[in-house]
Amino acid sequence: MVVPRHWREREHRYRLVATKCKICGRIYFPPRSVCPNCGRKSIGNMEKLQLSGNGTVYTYTIVHSGMNAFKLQKPYILAIIELEEGPRVTGQIVDAEPNEVYIGMPVRMVFRRIRQEGASGIIHYGYKFAPR
Amino acid sequence: MRRVAVIGVGETKYGEHWEKSIRELAVEAGLRALEDAGISSEDLDAIVGGNMSAGSYTGQDHIGALIADFSGIADRHIPAIRVEAACGSGGAAIHVGFNLVASGMYDIVLVGGVEKQTDVGVDMSKEILAGASDREWEAFFGATFPALVAMMAKRYMYEYGDIREQMAMIPVMMHENAMNNPDAHFHRRITVDDVLNSPPIAEPFHLLDVAPVSDGAAAIILAPLDYARKNYDTVVELAGSAVATDYIGMHDRPSLITLAANVHASRKAFRMAGMEVRDLDLLELHDAFSFLPIVTLEDLGLAERGKGASLVEEGILSMDGDLPLSPSGGLKAKGHPVGATGVGQAVEAVWQLRGQAGKRQVPDAEKALIQSIGGTGATIAINLFRREK
Repeated sequence: MVVPRHWREREHRYRLVATKCKICGRIYFPPRSVCPNCGRKSIGNMEKLQLSGNGTVYTYTIVHSGMNAFKLQKPYILAIIELEEGPRVTGQIVDAEPNEVYIGMPVRMVFRRIRQEGASGIIHYGYKFAPR
Repeated sequence: MRRVAVIGVGETKYGEHWEKSIRELAVEAGLRALEDAGISSEDLDAIVGGNMSAGSYTGQDHIGALIADFSGIADRHIPAIRVEAACGSGGAAIHVGFNLVASGMYDIVLVGGVEKQTDVGVDMSKEILAGASDREWEAFFGATFPALVAMMAKRYMYEYGDIREQMAMIPVMMHENAMNNPDAHFHRRITVDDVLNSPPIAEPFHLLDVAPVSDGAAAIILAPLDYARKNYDTVVELAGSAVATDYIGMHDRPSLITLAANVHASRKAFRMAGMEVRDLDLLELHDAFSFLPIVTLEDLGLAERGKGASLVEEGILSMDGDLPLSPSGGLKAKGHPVGATGVGQAVEAVWQLRGQAGKRQVPDAEKALIQSIGGTGATIAINLFRREK
């Protein structure tokens, strides 16, 4: 893939920048340009919002058979995190053993390498989550 | 709107077809359906094909025209269009075909489904299938398809308690049913212990909780109900057809213990057919993962919330129970050639309702439901079939 595909998402992936609907106040991550609650009225009324990165584990799994890009990390912990501002986000949990994770566990966002495209391709960075 | 009937069905065997290409599989299934209907390809007014990822699996897109061409009808110049809704492509294609006939636009429409998965390796296949989820915000971060549904099951068990063993009973049932289906990918009995002790994939799922990678194709031929009544002794109506969508990313759904698209599609299909869930004689559900039928039974109103697993335990869904689940062997054991799967379910439903299902026949079956799930539930197609008395 070419660089811009990843570059255009950088503030969301590197810093957890969400979008907030100025009309109803709902917060969305991943970012959206249309608010599902307000529909057409929200167009042009979605503003950026920096999330704190703190949340709790909503659900998780231990991945034993993953995609090739993640083969050196197996088994790894994948989770849906409920962030304190409301949105939920899918990401890996790191700095914890698989048997230490539980639903409700407090976590914080950390900036990590996510994957790379072969030996000489693009290295992708973004968020993972660690116990707090 | 005109009422719609199925006048012909056919499918290939599901499995690893090293010797056959995607076009050969599709043509083989289509010809069987035509033969079954007693018509020829020149009689078709349109073709609709369900397929998830021919482009990624084989490098071949534009398969509508390709398959019409290699069916020998290029010089008829009829429309032939591919429908894609990930793993729900087959069910969605049936919905599109239904609408083409119901609207009066076309009379005889072939709805096909095909997937050729074994032209790439297993690792590549995982990447391709991950495209059924949100590529940028799920798959990118390491979410495989099994991992996503596993997180759904994990949350369900957090809310309702451990159903690990009941889930494992579903693949066991599917393998048992497939013993009597010559078209099935697997003909091998397994036990609950086999499932629980197979290698872990994404907890709570082990290898035998998960449907295989299969090649295969299936086809059904739709026509106005009046035409079917005039020309055939046994008439099976496609009585209700609905597709519903939901948030593609699981993280955006308010609840993970229901598939909202199940609820919406089934409600609509039942209303259209004038049928009720308690009328059904059999179900063909999308058991890509052992957990999915459990949540679906609850979404359809066959079990209370949190009680889907007890339906499995009580034996209601086995072949000698009140409501047999996937006599074909389901996705787990009949196989899961993604885009073909939903159409193959329709083939099974029609055979069952006509009384042509051989050793796996559900006695005197009259009404059947088939369900096709795209992604983790972002598209669900429900199609209802009814035999005329």
